[in-house]
Amino acid sequence: MRLECKVTGGDFQAAGEAAAKLKRTLRQVGIDAETARRAAIVAYEAEMNIVIHAFRGVLSVDISPERIEIVADDEGPGIPDIPLAMQEGYSTAPEHIREMGFGAGLGLPNMKRYSDEFHIESTVGRGTNVRMVINLPSKGSLT
Amino acid sequence: MKVRDVLDMVECTVEAGTSGLDNEVKCGYASDLLSDVMAHARDGDIWVTVQAHENIIAVATLVGLAAIVVAGGVECQPEAARRADEEGIPLLRTRLPAFEVVGRLYAAGVRGRTGS
Repeated sequence: MRLECKVTGGDFQAAGEAAAKLKRTLRQVGIDAETARRAAIVAYEAEMNIVIHAFRGVLSVDISPERIEIVADDEGPGIPDIPLAMQEGYSTAPEHIREMGFGAGLGLPNMKRYSDEFHIESTVGRGTNVRMVINLPSKGSLT
Repeated sequence: MKVRDVLDMVECTVEAGTSGLDNEVKCGYASDLLSDVMAHARDGDIWVTVQAHENIIAVATLVGLAAIVVAGGVECQPEAARRADEEGIPLLRTRLPAFEVVGRLYAAGVRGRTGS
């Protein structure tokens, strides 16, 4: 099963909709609550990073009996120093976004912490691609 | 304890999400950083914050929170109220500061999660 959502940079009104849709879908196909929670967290953080930092992007999710793969691919400024961006507390979000409680420098660390596999590639001036895998605890939970 | 049991306790008004007033309050969480709430709050928590924009409802929905208490007399944004109604997340507002809200909840038996 594949889900795909377009995400628009700066659109805080629609922010979180893709992650919410994913969580509902996962629960509907019988994924356990804790796994759905982890998937929702990483999807939400990936979605918010596009909203906060990029021009536009696509959040896509592939669900198989063994794993959930979540890919966030954006057109945006890119990340010049990925190890620095991965540090908790480091953020380049502007002040008005921090005031909303975003940009605490926890997004990428949360994505890494709550996924079983985490890959990030970025090209400055072009965009960023984040791929995350969450393994499903028991095989055959999907019909 | 249900969400409706905390209304008088923290002197709040129900701004939206009345359909969730019978949600069970299991524990509590206080933070104004959305990623921090996403990472550490859990299903059934009551969330105390001074954020009052629409994105708090997305966070509450994703985490499965029992209710949101907007403290310090901060005005809830209309879009937040609309979404809280849609999702059935009680959006409570009080003039009391966050520390006082947490203190009253704790005194009534609502605890934070102290494991990892």
